Amino acid sequence: MSAVSPGAKPYYFLPQPSHWPITGSLALLLMGTGAAFWFNRYAAGPWIVLAGFCFLLVMLFGWFGTVIGESEGRLYNKKVDLSFRWGMSWFIFSEVMFFAAFFGALFYVRNISTPDLGSALTGRELWPNYAAQWPTVGPYIKQQFSPMNAIGIPLLNTIILVSSGGTLTLAHHALKAGHRGALKFWLFVTIALGFTFLGLQAFEYHHAYTELNLKLSTGVYGSTFFMLTGFHGAHVTIGAIMLTVMLVRAFRGHFDAEHHFGFEAAAWYWHFVDVVWLLLFVLVYWL
Amino acid sequence: MSSITQPIGGHEHAHDDHAHHPTGIMRWVTTTNHKDIGTLYLWFSFTMFIVGGCMAFVIRAELFEPGLQIVTPEFFNEMTTLHGLIMIFGALMPGAVGFANWMIPMQIGAPDMAFARMNNWSFWLLPPAALMLLISLFVPGGAAGGGWTLYPPLTIEQGMGMDLTIFAIHIMGASSIMGSINIITTILNLRAPGMTLMKMPLFCWTWLITAYLLIAVMPVLAGAVTMLLTDRHFGTSFFNAAGGGDPILFQHVFWFFGHPEVYIIILPAFGIISEIIPTFSRKPLFGYASMVYAVAAIAILSFMVWAHHMFTTGLPTAGILFYMYATMLIAVPTGVKVFNWLATMWKGSISLEAPMMFALGFLFLFVIGGFTGLVLGIVPLDVALHDTYYVVAHFHYVMVAGTLFAFFGGVYYWLPKWTGHMYDESLAKWHFWLSFILFNVTFFPMHFLGLAGMPRRVPDYPQQFADWNMVSSIGAFGFGLSQLVFLYAVIKCIRGGKPAPAKPWDGATSLEWTLPSPAPYHSFETPPVVR
Amino acid sequence: MVGNRNGRTRSRFRWRLAAALGAGLPAVPGVALADWDWNFQPPGSSISAQITHLHEIIFWICVVIFIGVFGTMFYALIKHRKSVGHQAVQFHENTTVEVVWTVIPLLILIFMAWPATKLILAMHDTSAPGMTVKVTGYQWKWGYDYVQEGFGFYSTLSTPYAEIRNRAAKDPHYLLEVDNPLVVPVDTKVRVLVTAADVLHSWYVPALGVQQEAIPGFVRDTWFEADKVGIYRGQCSKLCGKEHAFMPIVVEVKSKDDYAKWLAEQKQKAGAAAEDPNKVWSLNDLLAKGQQVFNGNCAACHQPNGTGNAAIGAPALVGDKVVLGPRQHQIDVVLNGQTNGVVMTGGAGGKMPSWKGLSDVDIASVISYTRNSWGNKAGENIVQPSEVKAERK
Ligand code: HEA
Ligand code: HEA
Ligand code: HEC
Ligand code: CUA
Ligand SMILES: [Cu+2]
Repeated sequence: MSAVSPGAKPYYFLPQPSHWPITGSLALLLMGTGAAFWFNRYAAGPWIVLAGFCFLLVMLFGWFGTVIGESEGRLYNKKVDLSFRWGMSWFIFSEVMFFAAFFGALFYVRNISTPDLGSALTGRELWPNYAAQWPTVGPYIKQQFSPMNAIGIPLLNTIILVSSGGTLTLAHHALKAGHRGALKFWLFVTIALGFTFLGLQAFEYHHAYTELNLKLSTGVYGSTFFMLTGFHGAHVTIGAIMLTVMLVRAFRGHFDAEHHFGFEAAAWYWHFVDVVWLLLFVLVYWL
Repeated sequence: MSSITQPIGGHEHAHDDHAHHPTGIMRWVTTTNHKDIGTLYLWFSFTMFIVGGCMAFVIRAELFEPGLQIVTPEFFNEMTTLHGLIMIFGALMPGAVGFANWMIPMQIGAPDMAFARMNNWSFWLLPPAALMLLISLFVPGGAAGGGWTLYPPLTIEQGMGMDLTIFAIHIMGASSIMGSINIITTILNLRAPGMTLMKMPLFCWTWLITAYLLIAVMPVLAGAVTMLLTDRHFGTSFFNAAGGGDPILFQHVFWFFGHPEVYIIILPAFGIISEIIPTFSRKPLFGYASMVYAVAAIAILSFMVWAHHMFTTGLPTAGILFYMYATMLIAVPTGVKVFNWLATMWKGSISLEAPMMFALGFLFLFVIGGFTGLVLGIVPLDVALHDTYYVVAHFHYVMVAGTLFAFFGGVYYWLPKWTGHMYDESLAKWHFWLSFILFNVTFFPMHFLGLAGMPRRVPDYPQQFADWNMVSSIGAFGFGLSQLVFLYAVIKCIRGGKPAPAKPWDGATSLEWTLPSPAPYHSFETPPVVR
Repeated sequence: MVGNRNGRTRSRFRWRLAAALGAGLPAVPGVALADWDWNFQPPGSSISAQITHLHEIIFWICVVIFIGVFGTMFYALIKHRKSVGHQAVQFHENTTVEVVWTVIPLLILIFMAWPATKLILAMHDTSAPGMTVKVTGYQWKWGYDYVQEGFGFYSTLSTPYAEIRNRAAKDPHYLLEVDNPLVVPVDTKVRVLVTAADVLHSWYVPALGVQQEAIPGFVRDTWFEADKVGIYRGQCSKLCGKEHAFMPIVVEVKSKDDYAKWLAEQKQKAGAAAEDPNKVWSLNDLLAKGQQVFNGNCAACHQPNGTGNAAIGAPALVGDKVVLGPRQHQIDVVLNGQTNGVVMTGGAGGKMPSWKGLSDVDIASVISYTRNSWGNKAGENIVQPSEVKAERK
């Protein structure tokens, strides 16, 4: 850490009191309680969730709006910038651990519980007719299904997502070089690729449900398949929304070559989503 | 640790430049100030301690005698579950974050936390989560009654209280993750010039490492309860053998979170103790560097021992041996800490004010709890003791006499800095002795109960356990009531008392003691230079 | 807990103690200490004897370390006090001692791990058993199957409700007594296959040195070999719902001769009881048997008078639509279990457990009983065992 260099900006940035956090808390309270009611068949449930979601949107617009305002007002100095970098990195790390829980579950059901269900002890005593193989619906559920093939939509989606990582990098270079037009173009391409990915995934799910008889309730194969790809899809959606916001900001003339951490954060997130997909492709679809 | 410190330009920043701050309740709701938020956290923690303590009252009242007297078994299970969840997620973790909020900026020479607004959200997520846990008592089917460990399939069977619990855990997890990101960033980025990492007070170090543990495990817990949720409502089979899943999978995922979690609870307490003991021994902390390494070692090992909670599930022998050895190994770095504290006291000039009393009480009782942990870590003994009251005794020794006592010590230690007044020493001493004695009356007999084979989470028990249970219940009522002394002492100190000097403890060295008491609203508006 | 160490009335003493404590005396030394269990139960097998012994070693090592550590601390507290004028000596590092107090604990731990490892290997060796029993945990009772002998039975708490509710004096074996104990011969290695039908349970008999979690859908094995004739008592040790405290385990260890006699009796009974599933039962026979089955299995949730228990979501069976509805549907519900009105197909049951483990006759009679009791008279409304048999797959 270098010497004190207050300069024009204050050495530290201290935000004013804010009511956005409490709005967010109210939103989550409503969404959590509402979902609990919903899942237990209370008619009011979905409406409470909706109300909470509206609060959440208001909060997100308000809060990020404030941050963007402060940023464009050049209230942030290098220290704040660095704080944001640390913050985003560790946030992404926490997301990695969230996915780790589900990858861990996949590993466990494939390599430990399925073989165990067919083992000499458990298999012989309880499930004599069970052939413990992956993919599986488990020893009790009587249902035929076909697993998802890796070649086809999943491979196409891999290509799409990897290239979107490339186009995003092009956009970043354009931003640093001050080529605003190229920035907007490549950012737009990235977002378009992201939504194409989502569209294809929706199609794939439809295919699974209608033709492969592969559902969320199709034993552990269905559980792990849909939970992993589903949470990934949710993250792609969030990432695409983040990038869209960045595109809007680019059109409004935000960012310059030096000062564009918002953009970079969205890009980091996008690359993280990308890497998760590669793991998914190998571990869920391929192997 | 920093020995000589000198703030640049003195302390003339007592002026409050934010004249347009909201007042009244909105001040607290919208605040972005680390001290306000720290205060909120601490009061929230204490409130939850009382709520969870009242649930412990219900538990101990029902267990006063054999037979079913006061509550139904269902309600008893709900009390046990909520008591565990509320004490851990509502009392101890927020308490630790409260200390972090107050002390970290002051100890590293920063004005506030790195993300002051997000800091507010970290706190204000907790009341809704607590509210959801309490609402769950009143929904059809009652609150979650499967124990704080939430093992399926029992928790799959339960009613909507379980869903509220799951969402409450999601929200508390989000709060912890944001809090940790904030703490890490503050420590890495906002240290005053010259405050190298290896000069930081140990409290900051323990929190830095705790925050990493939190970021690594809270998302895993979120994943675990999410799978529980989908198994409950959306037909997935993660924990259902019929579909190829396994109830034990939940235990693996839960304890991958759960074991680091217990160190999340104890490490900040270690930090507080490492501040108090040198101060009242008037001697620098012995083996500062090895203390840091020991904390890091504990944190790393904590990811390799989780299956010691599952020794009776029938894991393969090789796995069991590995987890046993790794578990036993944790005694080494913990021992290093204990010995360093002793060496700090050795040849010091010791005085026994209330914070030091609590630190010594901590040391004495935590080591007992550590030893019982070691006993549980040894598989053949765990086969005899798993899920008995011996385990209950173990974790109350490390969490109540461990963490909670450290918090009490920390509160007395820093109250002068927080309020500008000295607390009432004799009240504090009363609080200590009542707590110390009644704690042991409550929890020591539980070792005997466990050794003799009394299972935990039961509302009723065979007659040969009657004697010790009655002793324990009497102790529990006394221990709970003694906490009123604490409440009174704190309120008294807030409302007045002997004015506290900037540095009321002559042995104290860290940066916060260079600020006046009470500390100014923004701790260091220009960074001090640490040499 | 072997024998009857708890046969005495202690409550008078307990109250005296309570009064003494209430008056602020923290300890009452020496009073009837024999009555206060404070250590492991007397071992009933060589494994549990070894466990007790291992615990003793480790306990005393810990005591010695504890005395060392806190002896030092109290010495410093007394001698190095500010109030006695001690000046602080400002040292704060010494690599040698730090290495020493890292290495010595390590050596102590290795010393502890060695016997522990040996004992674990012995405990995990389930090979060459003299006999095998399969133990199944249910909410809330245990099922014991003598695998090689081909018979089995349920084992349910036999403590009367009045004792639990404090309306009758408690038996010395309060909460530790069952209708049908597990019976095994002495000096025989008994391999135990443990599983569960609904939620986790745990088969825990401290004096025999076994505790094994019962996992629905999986089988785990462990073993014990009792070396003394007698009765060993334990409890379910994994939280399994509201009646978790009320599913004890009683193991009766008989001499080999007595065991052989018992076995012959059981086999004979099992043969006699093998009901012809195609026999047509009369309403009265079904009702008589059904009431027994209901009170033994269903009343815990649906209450003896069929009024249900809202707290756990068990509906009243009085005037219930399922009970008044088609027979086949009710058979499905009882066989497979049900959650939120949906019949479970998962095998593990649901909020309403699966009762597959009951015989066709039991299920037919209990269903007939629910359909013809408490005013549920829906005409020609009895279920025959053959219908249940047909509904099983
Ligand atoms: C603050 C929280 C905390 C802390 C710090 C610890 C610390 C330890 N715990 Fe504990 N534990 C819990 C909280 C905690 N635990 C909780 C909440 C549960 C129950 C969860 C549930 O099921 O609900 C539990 C349960 C638990 C179990 C499972 C028991 C069971 O369910 O069957 C085990 C088993 O290994 C265990 C072991 C240990 C060990 C080895 C340590 C070690 O870290 C202790 C190390 C310390 C020392 C050993 C003392 C000091 C050392 C010396 C003086 C050096 C010299 C010593 C020697 C050489 C021996 N704990
Ligand atoms: C984390 C911290 C923590 C703390 C501080 C405590 C504090 C206490 N706990 Fe416990 N406890 C747990 C964590 C904690 N606990 C956990 C994790 C479990 C496992 C749960 C599970 O199995 O799932 C557990 C389980 C547990 C059990 C086992 C329950 C069972 O297995 O069925 C028991 C039984 O005695 C118990 C007792 C107590 C008592 C008497 C206190 C006392 O220390 C409490 C004293 C405090 C008060 C009583 C509050 C203050 C009161 C006042 C100021 C008085 C005003 C109010 C009135 C007059 C009504 N706790
Ligand atoms: C563990 C507690 C428990 C036990 C023991 C139990 N039940 Fe149930 N039962 C339930 C619950 C809970 C439901 C409601 C399930 C649901 O739909 O969510 C239920 C539902 C039913 C229903 C369907 C009622 C309806 O309207 O949906 C019938 C019939 C029934 N039980 C009969 C029995 C019989 C017969 C037995 C004994 C052989 C029995 N139960 C034992 C808990 C239990
Ligand atoms: Cu069965 Cu507890
Ligand atoms: Cu642990």
